[in-house]
Amino acid sequence: MNEIKTLIWKEVTLEWRQKYAISGMLLYVVSTVFVCYLSFNLRRNQLTPIVWNTLFWIILLFTAVNAIAKSFSQERHGRLLYYYNLCSPQAIIISKIIYNSLVMAVLSVLGFVFYAFVMGNPIQDNGLFSICILLASTGFASVLTLIAGIASKADNSATLMAVLSFPIILPMLLMTIRLAKNAMDGLDWSVSTDEITTLLSIDLIVITLSYLLFPYLWRS
Amino acid sequence: MRKIWWKILCVVIIFYVIIMGFIGPVPRLAIINESIRNTYFHVALWLAMTTLLLLSMVFSIRYLTKGNIKDDDIASEVAKAAIFFGILGCLTGSVWANYTWGDPWPNDPKLNGAAVGILIYLAYLLLRSSFEDEQRRARISSVYNIFAFAVFIPIIYILPRLTDSLHPGSGGNSTFGSYDFDNNIRKVFYPAVIGYILLGLWIAELRIRIKQINRVREEALIESGKL
Repeated sequence: MNEIKTLIWKEVTLEWRQKYAISGMLLYVVSTVFVCYLSFNLRRNQLTPIVWNTLFWIILLFTAVNAIAKSFSQERHGRLLYYYNLCSPQAIIISKIIYNSLVMAVLSVLGFVFYAFVMGNPIQDNGLFSICILLASTGFASVLTLIAGIASKADNSATLMAVLSFPIILPMLLMTIRLAKNAMDGLDWSVSTDEITTLLSIDLIVITLSYLLFPYLWRS
Repeated sequence: MRKIWWKILCVVIIFYVIIMGFIGPVPRLAIINESIRNTYFHVALWLAMTTLLLLSMVFSIRYLTKGNIKDDDIASEVAKAAIFFGILGCLTGSVWANYTWGDPWPNDPKLNGAAVGILIYLAYLLLRSSFEDEQRRARISSVYNIFAFAVFIPIIYILPRLTDSLHPGSGGNSTFGSYDFDNNIRKVFYPAVIGYILLGLWIAELRIRIKQINRVREEALIESGKL
């Protein structure tokens, strides 16, 4: 437990020292949103709630892939070897997942605020939508962290990251979009319990698998 | 001498399935009509594919725990055979959908899930080809294989049941087992599944042997100092 806390703290300090990474990601979200805004500007009345919703989650998906892809490639080989001697692989993967979830939550909330600012905010049930954002950022982070670990071992990791993660993340993305649609329509929470439980169980499966499989990945 | 009885069994079963599949008695049902014969091909192919993928995952787990490179060979070749069956399953399903639902690719969660599943395993092959070192490739792609199977099952078998699908067993449609799966179908269907699994194993076995022979030859070349 202590180990995990220290590792998360290390990630935060590291991020704080090299501010360009996180600010780069923020700028990425903002500029993508702005590009979408300008592209749809021609026909604003055609931006139906479904398009609004889908566009938002696709922007977040690409942000997540870009933000998390660097979580293993950022650090030098020697330093990874140093961690290898110091801590257990389980602590490393759990701390990376938690840290990436935090980053994703921050990025998605800021992204959402900016997105709602320029594209309008058709959401009726804000509570459900925030749950949706929270579940999605944990889910994206946990799937992508393991995939980033796999991709970082290969040579052309940028392509591999996208190819490996998109099909795997798809069920999660579809569930999230459906849940977000329920939140937009302001439906009763009991309608969405199915989606919430499915998302939670996918998260759980993925985190358990990462926990079990990462030691084998780490060793090579 | 390698055992050949199961290969003979495989050929016999496949011929039995083809002959009985086309001329055997089937129940008469509205809309589906004679196309119910596709059960022997489409549904059985999917079941065979899932079994082979499960087998592939088991061998990946075995590789990770024991570290024997042969297990990884088996895992990858069985997965390739399974992808082949998956593509065949898609094609036969497409023919069936064309005649009963009036569209070769209706927008159905199970179809899209199947396409995504095949993408996942094509990504697995891509991952394998991006490593030079054998042990490294085996280890990392085994990790991905286990992960992929754990995601594949919800995509194919659980998520479509939560939503409306044209397929039986989801969105309020009844499953096959409940009413129209009579004994005539069973007599051909179960052998069909076994036959396809055996065929897949046969394909995989041939490729594994080629791989192992190549490996032995390479090692011999390296030892003789020509490489």
